[in-house]
Amino acid sequence: MKKLLIIGGGTAGTMLANKLAKGLTKELDERSVEITVVSEKDYHVYQPGFLYIPFQLKRPEEIVRPIQDVMDPKIKIILDTATEIKEQQKAVTLKSGKTLSYDYLILATGSHPQPVQIPGLEEAGHMFFTMDSALKLQEEMKKFKGGRVVVAVGLPHKCPVAPLEFVMMFEDWVRKQGIRKETEITYAYPLAGPYGTASVAELATREFEERNINIETFFFMDSVDTKTKELLSMDGRRLPFDLLVAIPPHKGAQIIEKSGFGDGDNWLPTDRHQLNLENHESIFVIGDATNLPISKAGSTAHFESEILAENLIDKLRGGEGNKKYSGKVFCFIETGLDKATYISFAYENPPKPVTPSKMVHYGKVGYNNMHWVNLKGIM
Amino acid sequence: MTKKVLVDARGAFCPGPLLELMKAAKVAESGTILQLLTNEQGSRKDVPAWAKKMGHLFLGEEPDEGTAYRLLVQIK
Repeated sequence: MKKLLIIGGGTAGTMLANKLAKGLTKELDERSVEITVVSEKDYHVYQPGFLYIPFQLKRPEEIVRPIQDVMDPKIKIILDTATEIKEQQKAVTLKSGKTLSYDYLILATGSHPQPVQIPGLEEAGHMFFTMDSALKLQEEMKKFKGGRVVVAVGLPHKCPVAPLEFVMMFEDWVRKQGIRKETEITYAYPLAGPYGTASVAELATREFEERNINIETFFFMDSVDTKTKELLSMDGRRLPFDLLVAIPPHKGAQIIEKSGFGDGDNWLPTDRHQLNLENHESIFVIGDATNLPISKAGSTAHFESEILAENLIDKLRGGEGNKKYSGKVFCFIETGLDKATYISFAYENPPKPVTPSKMVHYGKVGYNNMHWVNLKGIM
Repeated sequence: MTKKVLVDARGAFCPGPLLELMKAAKVAESGTILQLLTNEQGSRKDVPAWAKKMGHLFLGEEPDEGTAYRLLVQIK
């Protein structure tokens, strides 16, 4: 029996597992192939939904479902934590002590916010990249009556456009609350403009100018002075705030550090077209865990999973499995509470955001629910 | 001999090639020349600005294949 072992039950791991299960129905029925997913959680979270929680536009139960409800029943789910990859033995050990062997190993171990890298942030600031932090921010925003708001970003992080979305939604939200005049908004970003790609940066700059959102560029977060309520940059700038919303830099998973496969921040060197771990034929990487210079986002995982699933199925059937991932990504960008744009791009095609509209916003609202269908691997 | 490191950031559109250059700069030894290969036109403005801000030396740019450019920065 050939064994496909997927580490990680997030969007990337789930989409890939479901696509493999659909494509390998015959082999799974004949028990000539086994698909196993190791997940630390018994539930699946639609992480882009965190953006809506602070604004009370989504409830936690709308973006969480039990893992067995999102996985094809032919997939074996093991709730455990992978602790070590034994490449020579083609096996992975789990926290429980169990060892799982594999013919093909797929690492879908994700990206993880590191608030500890910004001392003082957890005490005096807010985030929205986890359920707990998004709910905490929601409570703080219920009490917000105006003041100095700083939205600060550390790189890299998952969903690169989410901070832009948050700041533009927040600006719209304070206007609708009738407290825009009492609110000063500053966006602190570590690159040369409000984004690292010219077309998106131009769109954001235009929106920021029209809506009186200040920008601090090349702002590398250092720490938060919890007494004076100021965000400090590495070059000594201090931004006073009444409400700080920060996106801390992310790192790859702990197991990657132990494996020795990753770089200094636990990202996995990945072939940009074949998605194998560089210099490894039996180990593949998908989703946020790669070191690829593209968005750490659900849509990246979606398009990667289409290619990787086909290649793995082909390999299991004796083929070459050499379809190429083109770097395709599609991201909606909310520009307020009822308008949005989108970008679609690939390695060879830069993004060009369309004019923000209500129609695109409804497209995003629709996708937020379609995600559960998309996860099944049938879109 | 000056160490040269190629940073292939073609296709790095979200959030952009400068992040790839910054990651390489973080681990580069002083004096290393980083060559950023990029097809994002904004890099031609952002990279010199970043180099100046960080005290690195921007050595210039040269066209590469297709729409790509090679931007050279020497790390301080």
